[in-house]
Amino acid sequence: MINQQNVISRGVRKIMVGDHAVAEAVKMARVNVVSAYPITPQTLIVEKLSEIIDKGELKADFIRVESEFAALASVYGASAAGARAFTATSSHGLFYMYEMLWWAAASRLPLVMAVVTRTLGPPWNIHDEHTDLLAIRDSGWIIGMASSVQEVFDMTLTAFRISEDERVLLPVAVGLDGFVLSHTTEPIYVPYQEDVDAWLPPRNPKVPYVIEPGGEPITLGNLPKSDLYHELHKAYMDESMSEAKRVIAEAYNEYGKLTGKDYEPLVECYRCSDAKYLAVTMGAWSGDAEVAIDELRNEGYQVGLIRIRYIRPFPDDEVSERVNGVRGVIVFDRDYSMGFGGILAGELMGLVPSNVSFKGVVAGLAGVDVSPGEFRTIIRDFINETEANGIMRIRKWWYIPNTNGGD
Amino acid sequence: MNSVHTKYLLSRPAMGAGGKTGTWRIRKPIVNLDKCIKCGLCWLYCPENSIDWLEDKTVSINYDYCKGCGICVDVCPVKAITMIDERVV
Amino acid sequence: MVTMSELHKYGRTKVIMPGTAACPGCPLQIGLRQLIMALDGKLTLIIPAGCSSVIPGVAPYTSFTVPVIHVPFASSPSVASGLVRALRARGIDGHVVVWAGDGATADIGFAALSGAAYRNEDIIYVLADNEAYMNTGIQASGTTPQKAWTTTSPRGKTEGKKNVALIMLMHKIPYVATASIAYPIDFIDKVRKAASIKGFKFIHLHAPCPPGWKFPDDYTVKVARLAVETGVWVLWEYYQGKLTISPPSAPYRDKQRRKPIEEYLRIQGRFAHLSKDDINEIKAMVDQEWDTLMNLVNALNYHA
Repeated sequence: MINQQNVISRGVRKIMVGDHAVAEAVKMARVNVVSAYPITPQTLIVEKLSEIIDKGELKADFIRVESEFAALASVYGASAAGARAFTATSSHGLFYMYEMLWWAAASRLPLVMAVVTRTLGPPWNIHDEHTDLLAIRDSGWIIGMASSVQEVFDMTLTAFRISEDERVLLPVAVGLDGFVLSHTTEPIYVPYQEDVDAWLPPRNPKVPYVIEPGGEPITLGNLPKSDLYHELHKAYMDESMSEAKRVIAEAYNEYGKLTGKDYEPLVECYRCSDAKYLAVTMGAWSGDAEVAIDELRNEGYQVGLIRIRYIRPFPDDEVSERVNGVRGVIVFDRDYSMGFGGILAGELMGLVPSNVSFKGVVAGLAGVDVSPGEFRTIIRDFINETEANGIMRIRKWWYIPNTNGGD
Repeated sequence: MNSVHTKYLLSRPAMGAGGKTGTWRIRKPIVNLDKCIKCGLCWLYCPENSIDWLEDKTVSINYDYCKGCGICVDVCPVKAITMIDERVV
Repeated sequence: MVTMSELHKYGRTKVIMPGTAACPGCPLQIGLRQLIMALDGKLTLIIPAGCSSVIPGVAPYTSFTVPVIHVPFASSPSVASGLVRALRARGIDGHVVVWAGDGATADIGFAALSGAAYRNEDIIYVLADNEAYMNTGIQASGTTPQKAWTTTSPRGKTEGKKNVALIMLMHKIPYVATASIAYPIDFIDKVRKAASIKGFKFIHLHAPCPPGWKFPDDYTVKVARLAVETGVWVLWEYYQGKLTISPPSAPYRDKQRRKPIEEYLRIQGRFAHLSKDDINEIKAMVDQEWDTLMNLVNALNYHA
């Protein structure tokens, strides 16, 4: 428990790239087992952790696995034996672990994974896209996405607290934009190790259970007598997902007292309270969108931004209450579900009443940059069209900048 | 930890977890204790762990679970076990 | 060397609870009982998808009396790697044993197996080889012998049998052995030897399956024994750089002392379609395997 006297936060100022911020958080969380397979743009995490462990700054086992599938399977095994474990990956690597992701979540074992978001091929592309992170949203993992290197650090550290909470017991994936955050240097504040230790105690192996020789002769996972048991198991997972909203709020509340860094737990609001129009984004480009919001405000538009921090548990209430009373919502997806459209737009459209204008914009795929100016234009056009022509309900609208013929 | 989260995930040891498997049998092994040389091979090879090799080294078959596979008959070095057809009423 | 007198102490112990869902005559059960007795119950089992996922019965009950984690098909060596490292870090010394079938080991989990072996993870890996994907209804696997009938090789498998044990030997792990459920003293000794070593230990256990190989339930042990007596299955051990043919197989170095291979093949329905030529080809393959092994014995022992 945190020392109630330490309401004044303290920390050390450091500068580092997003990937190293992940490694720094893993180090401060005193992880016991790390297992990861290199893939651009996650490699800096793996290399930094290797170095940290080699230098003795973190007393942990680093497993040099032969694939991402082995990476997730081995940290899963470590967690089942009572350790605090971590892995990290991207796009193709994440999909190589797909089967294991579901198994890990339904085993109700705590785990933390960093996903450095990256486009999927072919053609080969190492640049940023959120499709990979969102493609695991059905698995039972809690999924958060950071928008700054500071938040990368904070989200990774709180992930352990959230995952191991008895009311949650679900693994947590922390997303960070490939290259845009992973390889970009920003100054961050890092709390003191003793403050982190006081707030985040070592993993209790007994929670929820441990597979160990000489331990309780439990068997994990054999067929249930009735399929109903399995259905119930899923229902309980869903309850934990709901509980997780509360735990996430508590965790950030505690963390805020510790570090002075406050976050709204699931979604953050930027100039929302008196907004008539809202844009919705997730990830690093939210910063560019905020610049656009400021510019539009200067032009007289009453517009604000909802930034999704956690897409699972699904922030239905959190988004609904902010959408209440606005005239239009425009969602930006840096991802795409083939044959459907932007995933966030698809999930959020139902929360926006039918008498409210809605547009889902697919942009920034494959790492294509979207500037604040472009955000501004797209949002302004949406507002102007709604004001002039009435409500639109467009779930999918492609924004592809001029390619000059593609040459 | 006995919480609802893991209630349907964890199992504990029990006899007959696969059912009262003695009902699978169509033939039943009977041990002739006079012939039995107390070698314990039938106990060793029984796939169902349904034969007890007692303190005095005689054997006793648990018919609640014996599936009647016949391996005990096959491995007995002195042919002290015979199979009785249980289909005949 | 373990003796029946010593094993008598387990005479009333249910290392596996009776009343499992295994087929009558199942070799996996025979092998698992021997394995658990060998380690005196001081182990935890990691079991990938296969017959042993279903055999223990239905939750909330299980027939297994040691801690068990069921895992996805390809993942057992990797899960074991993480599990054992976490345990050792917490100061827990008990045995971590993977009990995997041929599908999980030679095919879908092959990469994971190789990775765990080359990292020399401190686990005992037992490949319980019933020579096909039995749990899904007898489909061919990498260890199904050539010419054997399976549902996916109805005219007899054209590919040969992957020699997983020799592949593991080339990973330079501290212990590799082959074993058979019909030679429990040999198997139990090998398990105990493996348990005394730190690092990756691999035991390839031959496990004839009545429904899969098509022979009567009572012949499981007989078929396993015939495999060794005809020279088809060779019991050997690789330890401290030396490769040794185990005593039960030693007589069969001499071709003349092997029982006629027909005795092994004809008892199994999966070989019922074999012609005289087929049988001769199989005989030649067996001879070749022995040659390879004996050459390896000489090569390795010369350098040991």
